[in-house]
Amino acid sequence: MVALDGLTMEVGRGEVFGFLGPNGAGKTTAVKMLVGLTRATSGRGTVLGAPLGDIGVRRRIGYLPELFRYQGWMTAYEVLELHCELARVPRPDRRKEIEAALVTVGLAARAHSRVETFSKGMQQRLGLGVALLGSPELVFLDEPTSALDPVGRRDVRDIIHALKARGTTVFLNSHLLSEVERVCDTVAIVDRGKVVARGALDDLLGGGGVRLRVADLDGRVDTLARFGEVSRDGDWISITGTPAEAVPDVVAAVVGLGGRVYAVEPRHQTLEDRFLELLGGEGEPA
Amino acid sequence: MSGTLVMARLTVREAARRKLLLALLIITIVVITVTVWGFWRLFQLTLEPAGSRDYLSPVEFRAFASQILITVMFLFTFVLALSSVFTASPSIGGELESGVALAMLTRPISRAEIVLGKWLGFAVLAAVYVAGAAGVEFILVNWVTSYMPPHPFQFIAYMVGVTWTVMTFTLLLSTRVPSIAGGIIGLGAYGLAWMGGIAYSAGIVLHLSAVETAGNITRLLFPSDGLWHGAIYALEPAVIIAGLAGSGRARAANPFEATAAPPPAYLAWCVAWVVVVLGLAVWSFRTRDV
Repeated sequence: MVALDGLTMEVGRGEVFGFLGPNGAGKTTAVKMLVGLTRATSGRGTVLGAPLGDIGVRRRIGYLPELFRYQGWMTAYEVLELHCELARVPRPDRRKEIEAALVTVGLAARAHSRVETFSKGMQQRLGLGVALLGSPELVFLDEPTSALDPVGRRDVRDIIHALKARGTTVFLNSHLLSEVERVCDTVAIVDRGKVVARGALDDLLGGGGVRLRVADLDGRVDTLARFGEVSRDGDWISITGTPAEAVPDVVAAVVGLGGRVYAVEPRHQTLEDRFLELLGGEGEPA
Repeated sequence: MSGTLVMARLTVREAARRKLLLALLIITIVVITVTVWGFWRLFQLTLEPAGSRDYLSPVEFRAFASQILITVMFLFTFVLALSSVFTASPSIGGELESGVALAMLTRPISRAEIVLGKWLGFAVLAAVYVAGAAGVEFILVNWVTSYMPPHPFQFIAYMVGVTWTVMTFTLLLSTRVPSIAGGIIGLGAYGLAWMGGIAYSAGIVLHLSAVETAGNITRLLFPSDGLWHGAIYALEPAVIIAGLAGSGRARAANPFEATAAPPPAYLAWCVAWVVVVLGLAVWSFRTRDV
């Protein structure tokens, strides 16, 4: 079975990159290739300048798998200690690293509880803590908020913002498009193993727009074309490509033309709209 | 600390923390207590007046003691083989299925280090258990009866070999086969090797060359029983070996006897076998996509 076919993309250092696609598009397979768990039958790629699967580069990456578990018989502290050893974190730094990770993911109070007593959400927090150990230059997060409550999701957003602030590259697989929209600089949408769209989030979503419900403007609608592409549906006028700061000017122009404004809805295309548009309405976000 | 040692220590800690060692300790203490008491009762018979109905001569006692000790040690081997199979079979495949291995495999540790570390952990556990259980049994039996088998250290080495054989094979299976299937195949192979050993000795004694060859092939393909016969030989006093040699066909199909130690060539084969199977396990895991 072909999971990925002709996947070509590049993620810049320091970017927060969102990787999206419907179920079965090949997102997790792509991440597994990037972290060296699965080999590509053909093609090539580099991670932090080293070929895929390079063992040395693994010191510099963190990974939160989509489906994972940690040793239930260990405490959270011990799991982090084990990963410090495996990640070759220098011994004198380990305690500080572990305590910082526990605080960051909100598990400091449960540091010495066995992992088998943790809820799924707490295990996900621990997984995030493991991925952050050793100050990695690149962090892969595969569905990091799937088991988290709203507070946990906000925490993950904060963690991603903090990672970005210190220059860490974040590769985020998420089915929550609104989450991706809030944290990512660039996005790629993958479908059937191929990237169907890629770019800065603002470019991908196009400009903004505004929708107005107006009466008494018959015949004068075309004069609004200077604000963007105008379309009309009954009393509703839609102008696409209008930046948010130009919306008051649009309203002033409509009023100046003698129009009576009943409603104004500034809007921009959401990532979900764009996602569904690119996939031709098929498949659900995954 | 190297990745191999980290994994070995993790394996030992897991066995301790998940109460495997405690379970083995309890079983061993029960077996040792009961058998030492039995040996003591048996030894009392040698103190009866000579010629009385219950009197046991020192030669008879040694014969009895060696046979009982072999049976007790077979129980230890069986418990150990079971433990090896059921701890090694989920050790790699099970951790991949559950997702425990995923985050570890993306650390700067090679898959070879993971397999070798787990092997080392299990190997140390098995060696410590065999040496501890057999050593305590021998010392206590010697304390209550003054009997000591002829080659206790050789015996321990052979038993460790039996365990390493079963464990290494199951570890190889665990790199590809789901845990339960791996456990069943590992145990099945151990059982078949035992049957193969019986066929081998029966073939020799009864001059059935085809059966002997089949048994010999089994001993080569899965050397646990060949090593077990070395262990038996190390526990047999000269009087038993002489008796067996003189008993002709009567000794056929007795899995608790051995008239000769395994030749050095066979021991070299066993060492090579473990190395090759372990190498296959490393290769199998390295070439597996996760």
